[in-house]
Amino acid sequence: MKKQNPNRRDFLKGAGALAAASTLPLTSVELAFADSAKNFTFAYISDAHIQHIAGDRFVRNWDRGLIRAVAETNLLLPKPDFVMFGGDLAQLGTKAELDHGAEMLAKLNYKTHMVMGEHDYYLDLGEYWSELFGPHWYSFDHKGVHFVVLNSILTYDEWTFERWPTATQRMLEMAGLDNPNGSPFMVGEKQRAWLADDLSGVGKDTPVVVFSHSPIQKLYKGWNFWTEDAEQVQALLQPFNDATVIYGHVHQIQYNQIGNISFQAVMATAWPWPYPGTYAQAEHTMPKITVPMNRADPFFERDATGWQFIDLANGRTSMTYHLYNNTNRTVAYDPAAGKPVDTRFQDVGNRVPPQTHY
Amino acid sequence: MAKKHLWALFIVVATLAVVGVSLQADEFTDTDVERWQAEYMTVVAEGRALWGSPDLGTNGVACGQCHPNAANTHPETYPKFQKQLGRVIAVREMINWCIMNPLEGETLELDDPRMIALEAYIAYERRGVALDPGKH
Repeated sequence: MKKQNPNRRDFLKGAGALAAASTLPLTSVELAFADSAKNFTFAYISDAHIQHIAGDRFVRNWDRGLIRAVAETNLLLPKPDFVMFGGDLAQLGTKAELDHGAEMLAKLNYKTHMVMGEHDYYLDLGEYWSELFGPHWYSFDHKGVHFVVLNSILTYDEWTFERWPTATQRMLEMAGLDNPNGSPFMVGEKQRAWLADDLSGVGKDTPVVVFSHSPIQKLYKGWNFWTEDAEQVQALLQPFNDATVIYGHVHQIQYNQIGNISFQAVMATAWPWPYPGTYAQAEHTMPKITVPMNRADPFFERDATGWQFIDLANGRTSMTYHLYNNTNRTVAYDPAAGKPVDTRFQDVGNRVPPQTHY
Repeated sequence: MAKKHLWALFIVVATLAVVGVSLQADEFTDTDVERWQAEYMTVVAEGRALWGSPDLGTNGVACGQCHPNAANTHPETYPKFQKQLGRVIAVREMINWCIMNPLEGETLELDDPRMIALEAYIAYERRGVALDPGKH
């Protein structure tokens, strides 16, 4: 195995790596913390949607997406300091699905932090998930950065506790992305009070990175690309000079800037979702700065899926989307522009036809 | 000649009268229009139910998992060339491809009422979009 390059520019594949690993991305960002010991990277895997069929059978397609992400993340050199899993490990929140997913994640060679997704939650309200992975929301500090994990997929109590005759039906109603019987996601008053308290001890110059499953923005309510109390959560983050929200759920590349807060979505390992603008009957407010991912080619089952690794340069993120069947993308915060930009495709003249969605 | 034509017309009219068919085929009412629309919407609703059904395939995966509101199905672009199949196909052949692959199911006959319902649903979700056959 090659020695780690001290300037950290190279992500080298491990000895004996699979041929596929030769496409592992190179980071192009010079990390700029004054103390180089604070430079670090982490990896982000999300939305595996492990789906139980019966007995010991699970949907092969979704299994393969997660297995591949775990295997490739383990090949990263330099090694990431930790891995985030961004929620929706399961499809219908069952023990079988969560156990099977946890078994695959256990093969990661790194400390892994978990985010709750609605597919993990609405069968037993996160009880079994908690047995496996711990609290639904929490924070931790790492090398000068304050990280917060939110459970942003809660909703109105009446919907959760009173509307449905069975837990299974409640899960199924929330699992259908376009189901009009669903209910908007929210962080909720209790957790916002906790967040305010958690952030009260954090200096305004400390980079803050929030991990949530839903976007903490209002993009398109019809598919819950939406957080009902997004403005209240954003208000708690705006006082920080460098705040970033990284979210799953949307199964697509999105990025945005609202005041001091940068937003970046991550890909799913399971399957891609259409952009709301492709639904001819919908009004939406998608970020205008986002250069979309390529339209998926269904004949390549891993197309438009993938995982991410993230450099925290100057307290802001540079996120590289490691895409299984497409050219990798890097979206990095541009201090001059004051927002995240795609390092290759941001200029209209550099875009490629598959990035046009209709 | 003209007389012969008149006779022919008389025979046609008489025949239609006997079998009870009106010659005034364009005289349909609002009630007719509502009924025809309702018939279509009934099939759309069947298609919507199938779209979210775990039973169309064998592995529990439903069309709507990848295609909420049938987005990214683009029925207005068919028939079109599908490079992996090497020929121009109809949208229902692509529906069958999805049933076979992500859903791991058995293909439907192209005139199966379930196929018509699926196609009715995706067309309904795409209503108002101009036809653009062949588009990629």
